[in-house]
Amino acid sequence: MTTVMIDTGNYIAAKAAVMCKPDVVAAYPITPQTTLVEGIANYVQTGEFKGEYICVESEHSAMAACIGSSATGVRTFTGTSSHGLLLMHEMLHWAALARLPIVMCNINRVIGPGWNIWSDENDSISQRDTGWLQFYCSSNQEIFDTVIQSFKLAEHEKIQLPVMINYNAFILSHTSMPVYVPDQKEIDGFLSRRKPLWKLDVDNPVTFGNIILPAEYEKIRKDMQDAQEYAKKLIPEISKEWKQRFGRYHGDLLELYKCDNADYILLSMGAIGAESKVAIDNLQKNGYKIGLARVRTFRPFPQEEIRKLGKKANLIVIDRNISLGMEGAVFTEAKGSLYGKSDAEVYGYIAGLGGKDVTYGDIEKMCMKVMKGKAKHLEWYGFEGV
Amino acid sequence: MKKYNVVTTLSYPKKGAMGKTGNWRVFRPILDKKKCVKCLRCWIYCPEATIIRNKDDSVDIDYEYCKGCGICANVCKVKAIVMEREGKKK
Repeated sequence: MTTVMIDTGNYIAAKAAVMCKPDVVAAYPITPQTTLVEGIANYVQTGEFKGEYICVESEHSAMAACIGSSATGVRTFTGTSSHGLLLMHEMLHWAALARLPIVMCNINRVIGPGWNIWSDENDSISQRDTGWLQFYCSSNQEIFDTVIQSFKLAEHEKIQLPVMINYNAFILSHTSMPVYVPDQKEIDGFLSRRKPLWKLDVDNPVTFGNIILPAEYEKIRKDMQDAQEYAKKLIPEISKEWKQRFGRYHGDLLELYKCDNADYILLSMGAIGAESKVAIDNLQKNGYKIGLARVRTFRPFPQEEIRKLGKKANLIVIDRNISLGMEGAVFTEAKGSLYGKSDAEVYGYIAGLGGKDVTYGDIEKMCMKVMKGKAKHLEWYGFEGV
Repeated sequence: MKKYNVVTTLSYPKKGAMGKTGNWRVFRPILDKKKCVKCLRCWIYCPEATIIRNKDDSVDIDYEYCKGCGICANVCKVKAIVMEREGKKK
């Protein structure tokens, strides 16, 4: 029986993680992820979480412990944020190259200095090339559903890559929303126990990550790329199965919202993506032909879908991140996806850095400026007025 | 060898999985069996398991895989093993 739980993004993520029955959770607390790991610790006390909870001395150790655990063939979960994620950086590469299906929540938080705990995507964007699959959630329900879907995705025999589920600091992590929570049996029906392809086993000794010659190493990278490409097919299949079982759907790699007959398509991620829906409703009411494509997965990037959109519409991209010396990350990827395939104009905004609020009103203003032909190709929203 | 759907580095235990490492050697351990007291220190300390322990606790050296690190000569209390440069003219 489905129940409704009203709670914050972190406690919802903790509930979802525990319902996946991980054998090991190794985590180190950091604002604003703290209540996520506290939530799991609480489930240790209530007996709902029956796995091992490993307290460690840093995020680097947390990910190292997760790597060790996952290598023994068991389901492994962790969570972090901002500087914690950056401290894990080396281990993130290791987890992906060793093909370990760890699932981790990252709460998008600003990188210091100046010291700031609000929402900003630069922490996870700077982990772009580690090989992890990256989701960006727009509601607590999507966090719950994506955590469970991610284990199925990561542990699929053709993927075997770790998954990072990103959601905004405070806007989602500390905000309560009602969330439909299915019965444990229904979750078990969707997600079976992990079946490792190989594992650390003293009775069948095997060495992981041994010395390897250049030509063999290249094959490993190529296979990771193939797995990311395969995930483009698998994510829609998992979303479809989830919809059939639980009646909810948050999109595939993109969530398309009112895109029919649109002359402009807005691309945004995370909580700005949710806010964008209100903006699109208002703009359409006022006669503007604009739709939304919320970017749900940054890795793998929805190249083919964006190409399709770019054949019919111009694109407006809002990035709550910046690759310094270039531009917003999604802006770059969107333009790269269109190259040679479309003449669409692409406009990029940098907005909401350092946790600055981005409301539907702000999003409407950004879109209006583009649609009135007054926007340059790269704009900083609200910096000196739009 | 097992086949998986993914390409990754898994090494199953096998003699000489990385090739015949004996050709890395610059110095060659020479064992004088007359001096050896069968204490087995060389056998315990050899990092590459290239000291072969015989039934009577006498030892031999597996030159196909010995990299010539010299630890055996260093730990030998009776100087039954000495290191000699490879290719040295006698």
